[in-house]
Amino acid sequence: MNVVTPVAQVLVVAGGSPLLVGVMRQVRARLEGRAGPGVGQPWRDLRKLLRKEPITPRGTSEVFRLAPLVLAATTLVAAAASPFLATTSALDPIADLFAVVAVLTLGAVVLALAGLDTGTAFGGMGASREMTITALVEPTLLMATFALSVRVGSTNLGAITTATLHDPGRVLSPVSLLAVVALAVAVIAETGRLPVDNPSTHLELTMVHEAMILEYAGPDLALVEWASAMRLTVFLGLLATLFAPFGIAVTASPSALALAAAAFALKVTVLGVALAVAEVFLAKLRLFRVPELLAGSFLLGLLAVAASFFLA
Amino acid sequence: MWRLWRKIRKTGRVAEPAPARPAGPLTSVAARLGGSVQIRHVDAGSCNGCEVEIGSAFGPVHDAERYGARLVASPRHADALLVTGAVTRNMVEPLRRTYDAVPGPKLVVAVGDCARDCGVFKGAYGVVGSVGDVLPVEVSVPGCPPTPEAITAALRGITGR
Amino acid sequence: MSPAGLSFVAALVGLGLAAVAGFALPGAARPAVVGALSAVSGCAALVAGVGALAGQAWSVSLPGVLPLSGLVFAIDPLGGMFVAVTGGVVAAAAVYGVGYTGHGLSGRLPQSVFPVFAAAMLLVPAAATVGALLVCWELMAVASLLLVVTEHRERPEVASAGRWYAVMTHLGFAAILAGLMLFAAAAPGDSFAALRAAAPGMTPGSRTVVFVLVLAGFASKAGIVPLHAWLPRAHPEAPSHVSALMSAAMVNLGIYGIIRVGFDLLGGGARGWWIAVLAVGAVSALYGILQAAVATDLKRLLAHSTTENMGLVLVGVGAAGIFATSGERVLAGLALVAALLHTVNHAAFKTLLFLAAGSVLRATGSRDLDALGGLRARMPATTLLFGVGALAASALPPGTAFVSEWLLLQALVHGLPASGAVTAIAMPLSVAVVALTAGLAVVTFVKAFGTGFLARPRSEAAARAAESPRGMVAGMVLAAGACGVLALAPTVVVSALGRATAIGRLAADPISGNAVTVRLGGVAGALSPLMLAVALLAGVIVVLGALRLLASRRARREARLWDCGAGPPTPRMEYTATSFAEPVQRVFDNVLRPEQDVEVTHADESRYLVAAIEYRRAVPDRVERRLYVPVLTALRAWGRAARGLADGSVHRYLGYGFGAVTVLLIVLAVTR
Repeated sequence: MNVVTPVAQVLVVAGGSPLLVGVMRQVRARLEGRAGPGVGQPWRDLRKLLRKEPITPRGTSEVFRLAPLVLAATTLVAAAASPFLATTSALDPIADLFAVVAVLTLGAVVLALAGLDTGTAFGGMGASREMTITALVEPTLLMATFALSVRVGSTNLGAITTATLHDPGRVLSPVSLLAVVALAVAVIAETGRLPVDNPSTHLELTMVHEAMILEYAGPDLALVEWASAMRLTVFLGLLATLFAPFGIAVTASPSALALAAAAFALKVTVLGVALAVAEVFLAKLRLFRVPELLAGSFLLGLLAVAASFFLA
Repeated sequence: MWRLWRKIRKTGRVAEPAPARPAGPLTSVAARLGGSVQIRHVDAGSCNGCEVEIGSAFGPVHDAERYGARLVASPRHADALLVTGAVTRNMVEPLRRTYDAVPGPKLVVAVGDCARDCGVFKGAYGVVGSVGDVLPVEVSVPGCPPTPEAITAALRGITGR
Repeated sequence: MSPAGLSFVAALVGLGLAAVAGFALPGAARPAVVGALSAVSGCAALVAGVGALAGQAWSVSLPGVLPLSGLVFAIDPLGGMFVAVTGGVVAAAAVYGVGYTGHGLSGRLPQSVFPVFAAAMLLVPAAATVGALLVCWELMAVASLLLVVTEHRERPEVASAGRWYAVMTHLGFAAILAGLMLFAAAAPGDSFAALRAAAPGMTPGSRTVVFVLVLAGFASKAGIVPLHAWLPRAHPEAPSHVSALMSAAMVNLGIYGIIRVGFDLLGGGARGWWIAVLAVGAVSALYGILQAAVATDLKRLLAHSTTENMGLVLVGVGAAGIFATSGERVLAGLALVAALLHTVNHAAFKTLLFLAAGSVLRATGSRDLDALGGLRARMPATTLLFGVGALAASALPPGTAFVSEWLLLQALVHGLPASGAVTAIAMPLSVAVVALTAGLAVVTFVKAFGTGFLARPRSEAAARAAESPRGMVAGMVLAAGACGVLALAPTVVVSALGRATAIGRLAADPISGNAVTVRLGGVAGALSPLMLAVALLAGVIVVLGALRLLASRRARREARLWDCGAGPPTPRMEYTATSFAEPVQRVFDNVLRPEQDVEVTHADESRYLVAAIEYRRAVPDRVERRLYVPVLTALRAWGRAARGLADGSVHRYLGYGFGAVTVLLIVLAVTR
């Protein structure tokens, strides 16, 4: 039973995800001509939020109180199960791409329920929008999964990663390229980045994710913020692991794991910086234009599956 | 997109170099925040002069965000209230409720002369009083309107950076 | 007689006694006795079904009961699975029924028909001759019809739903009758064994005709689009525990019929059949869940979701057929196990959801989600149980349907390279449909749970709701327990289902696994639902521990909801089910074609002042409008025209008779 890998992955993702958000904010600030608050600012924010007073809005129930816990737990499970650092792990039976996607969706669902539980207009609005987007992202995610799993004959993340490690040329196949674009759009939508959702908006009417968490304060808010940073890291990590699994350890020796952690940090940072740069050039789409974007990415996913069959 | 990229390249950094940190110890509340202050702005009856200056303080030139201050959308997420304007009758209750919605430790910053002592509106029929008459004010920024530098300096006094 | 057979007979006897008790006992004692007897019988049927799945075959022949051929009943593993599912649903619904007695439900008719309906549903999968199947099928239809119209005195919609149901179920019956009669005509007898032996000798054309007729009949029972129109009418209008029986047990028998006739009796047939099955399944899944996503009537939402889940099951069945006809035995077995597992799972969570909906209906008198909300405080048990069911139905881990949809996706994904261009096109599209269905199911059940049970009450009735009596809660707990077992330890069921698939050209036991992990045989794939649940629990504990370690120990403060500092937000400002689903409705505008109507009333003084704005929205069933309305209109016109022929004159009628006989004689003379 190799439990070192999942634990190491959880530690890397939990510790590194606020730094990733910090790097992305810093990149954005620099491109806007600002100085930026520094890479460690999200960690400072979290430290402060954890010290603050927890608040229970009147009329909310356990659903509201438990949602941050479950949300954080789902991201931790996804972080532990995915082969970010090594392809062998004790959690191999749940390292199925469908299962990981479903676990992450569970987190979104719990947060949406918490938004509805407050009974405020904004909570309901955020929940409704988030769920609509989630429903439409699902086909794209699964279609890209499908395309990637066909050549391996398995939807197990470890198996897909191992196959790519053995045959790196596959990364440049048409199937892979089509799938990466489809998956990238799905990841952007799932993590609530521009152009689907603006993570730094102050305008309630344009909010999706933010609207659901308007009632959270103190440690609860810290958990939600932390979990959404981890969610971003996990999704970017999945993207990196599926399409560029280089550096991932095949054995669970400490040195190999350390090297893999460095490679993982590098890959995710590169992806995060790319996303942050792209966000500077993009405006938020109207909510009802988002389905068009997602339909486009779905089509790419379908093409990827078709290519995997007809070009094989 | 290409044009935007060229503009970004040409403009470069517009943030002015950070002036020296204002001297003086942090208040106990500010010390507990540890360099991260989320701010909710409340307009209690302002003429919007102060708002323009706040906007400018958080703009690229003064970039108050680099000191760890950030504007947020909900008082639940906030540590500090940035209150502008003399408190009008219609805004007394909302202002108190906003303060109540903020989780502790929390503090209030009164921005502008109106917020400090009602300014030219002192004694007007619709005005209840200054922000200090309604909430415990920790920091006040004088000026009508205060300069972005003054606002930024006051915020640095809370973030300690 | 084997133990399975013994307990099956015991179940039937118990239900018979319950029916008699329901008729003979005085009103006060009736629900308790009928409920207890039915629940025990349900458990006995469950045991019988499980026994049959474990390999205890059983059959009985009653030669004298029906003229010509008599009746033969037998339980094989496939039939046993459906007997077990029905038994389980009956047990939960019967326990629930003890406490669910408002609105004349303790009357003689509903109490005595309920056991009859249950018995008929147990007999259908046990029937081993065409005659027995048809008799039991009709008995089931009539009994359920009587139960649907129980409350017809109170609400006019019930009568209308009853008419729809009566007509459609009998059209379906006619299709099955015609199909099976054609089939039996080619065989020496009407026993299933004779049919099985005769099928290879039939021409492909006549086999296809038989299959299409039977498919239409059985699919209409399963609520498959476009034959679904009765389902969202009849299921919601029936008393809730009857809804559970219909939606969780009766629809399954449609699936049973398709599998039995298609795979077993006809021996697999042509690939085109199964492509058609896959296609109608996919269309039903999508259409059903879209209608459910925009529905605001809680029970109607659940009924549409039944169409969706039966669609998913048919996707599995269709895929199994496609694989079987192209010689992929392992994949075929896998797809069929996925379909059967989904049937079982659906039965468990749909029972739970309908029972919980009945609990809400009893407490508030309303099924309208827009008028519910805030039930969590007043009805904690129902809320929790509905939550369990909603989690199961939205196909998320650690829920029930997640495992079966995962299996289904595995079968579809591995089926891509199986057999050429047909699967290369069909499989990706099926995966897309399953994925979109799963996504929309999430929306649907977040809506149902979030707006129905969370937030604040939107009506007086919801604010005054009270928890249901213990009996009803016990029935729900039974169903929830089944959901839990199926979600965490599906391996227990899966290996038994593997035996049920050993029919025709399908592989038995395509799935192996220990108590924890489901492992697919023949293709790479493994999943451990239990481990996933444990991991999630561990995650919650880790997060709690981290919070204890890092967060402040300050006491929680209660504060008013953030209302932007203005007056308190009223329930009118909350998001309702309609507003929650509005974005989805807009995205699927072209499919749903909602009808919206905004009416602005201007003030008397000026056109520029608005006195009132009225907004109306309805999402009509488009299939119904396009398909059924023209047929009904034509029928009505034909009926009006025919009225002219019948003017009451006896001479005229004698003339018609004379004319008809003459024409018949001429036809006979010419054709001889």
